[in-house]
Amino acid sequence: MSNSFLKKVVGETNEFERTPIPSGSLKGAKSFLGMYAGEHTAGTEFVIGPLFVAHGVSAGDLVFGLLIGNLLAVLSWGLITGPIAASKRLTLYYQLERIAGKNVVRWYNLVNSLMFCFLAGSMIAVSATAVGIPFDLEMPTLSDWLPRTPGWILTVFLMGGVITLVAIQGYTQVSRFANVMSPWMILVFFAAAIVGLAQLGVGSFESLIRIAQEVIWNGVPLAGMSKFTIWHTIFFAWFCNMAMHIGMSDLTILRYAKSWTYGFYSFAGVFLGHFVAWIASGILYSVFLQADSASQEFAPGAIAYKTLGIAGAICVVIAGWTTANPTIYRAGLALQAIFPKVSTWKITASVGVVTSLAACFPALVMKLLDFVALYGLLLMPMGAVIFADFYFSKKMGFQSEAALNSKSVFSIPALLSWVLTLVFCLGLNFIYGVEIFFLGLPGWFVAIAIFVVLSKIKYPLAKSSPLG
Amino acid sequence: MKILLKTGSFLGLALTLVPPIVFFVGNLELSLMKGYMGIGMALWFVTAPFWINKPSKSEQF
Repeated sequence: MSNSFLKKVVGETNEFERTPIPSGSLKGAKSFLGMYAGEHTAGTEFVIGPLFVAHGVSAGDLVFGLLIGNLLAVLSWGLITGPIAASKRLTLYYQLERIAGKNVVRWYNLVNSLMFCFLAGSMIAVSATAVGIPFDLEMPTLSDWLPRTPGWILTVFLMGGVITLVAIQGYTQVSRFANVMSPWMILVFFAAAIVGLAQLGVGSFESLIRIAQEVIWNGVPLAGMSKFTIWHTIFFAWFCNMAMHIGMSDLTILRYAKSWTYGFYSFAGVFLGHFVAWIASGILYSVFLQADSASQEFAPGAIAYKTLGIAGAICVVIAGWTTANPTIYRAGLALQAIFPKVSTWKITASVGVVTSLAACFPALVMKLLDFVALYGLLLMPMGAVIFADFYFSKKMGFQSEAALNSKSVFSIPALLSWVLTLVFCLGLNFIYGVEIFFLGLPGWFVAIAIFVVLSKIKYPLAKSSPLG
Repeated sequence: MKILLKTGSFLGLALTLVPPIVFFVGNLELSLMKGYMGIGMALWFVTAPFWINKPSKSEQF
């Protein structure tokens, strides 16, 4: 790779990894609208919608569950993440380092980066189901864990390489790409719903209701799948992005926001994206099942191509891309905090390799609901720690950013908050059978409580002398 | 030139949404609908990048 080509690829990026974003680098609303719309009108939507169908959600439970759950997600971004991001203007990783200490954050960043790699990998796999169509690539099925063919492996590596090159350019390039793609992708999802409904025989409002209730979301799970209720829908819609809102991962993005209110622009993602896209992709999958109800093939690209042609297939490619890109970027920043002396582009390239390896395994797609819930749960306690440190340190009488102020690389309150919260959640799951989708809410409160109590003990605020 | 680009882009979006609606009401064959959507996609791809990411005056520093 020649020097001039390398410079062109790497560019001059200053991502402010360990400094607050200066006012001159803040971005306006348009950047966030485009980013959120693109990120949540994404490859995951082509998987989640069909999985709701497979889990036998009824039509009413789906619509009302999505409305409520997505509203809760927007409120989480707007009221919990945005204010802290605009106040501190730091990356999640550096903010956490100041509170929890470098040694705790190393482990957090490793877990975070790994989870982001797997998520980005699943999105590359989704894109590959479209890229493979002209090559007659054998598509994965619902029960697949391992890659079926060498062609699949080659396809995901090629896609991973291209996506990584874009991610190396930094946030600006990611945002630009999403801005261009998202208006078109949103319309493709609308088109998918319209065409799919036509193919299912919908011709009036009455037939729409009937077919929605009796054909698409008929309340009967497919063989081997568990039954989803309105509560599953609400909590999945709310917590599918738990790592980003109450988990505080989007501090890294919202630190660029000119206003603390920009977290509310996530509505563009969850309502135009999740709500419309999950319904549309569910309709597409239902059309697919009408042709062969026993088919185990699960290939979003092929499903979209069948109904919408080349535009549908390209949309799947782009949808996976616009999710993989910011996710790889975030994973790169997570590792950057562990290896600050390594240049950002090398870190991002390494993440791209791990991501592409992960993409080889179709299970990441087939078990996406469970994986998304798990990844949010693993990272949520540290978001609770940041929240508690920001809002309760003065009120509850403990030092804010204790690791920084005490010149410590290790915070016991932060580490124990993380570990004990996850133990608590595991206990709820193993002992009481609470499903993974519902563990985040009680876990968040438990994490805050543990951190506040332990911080008061370990890092109490010094009482001022009555003489001043 | 920018007006031409924007016109092309919006035409592309129209070709993405209108043919499915016409198909829904039964006035267009599925294969033709797919073709129009493909043309709309191409129009958007070749025109939108040249104006969507251009900063407005309020965005410039």
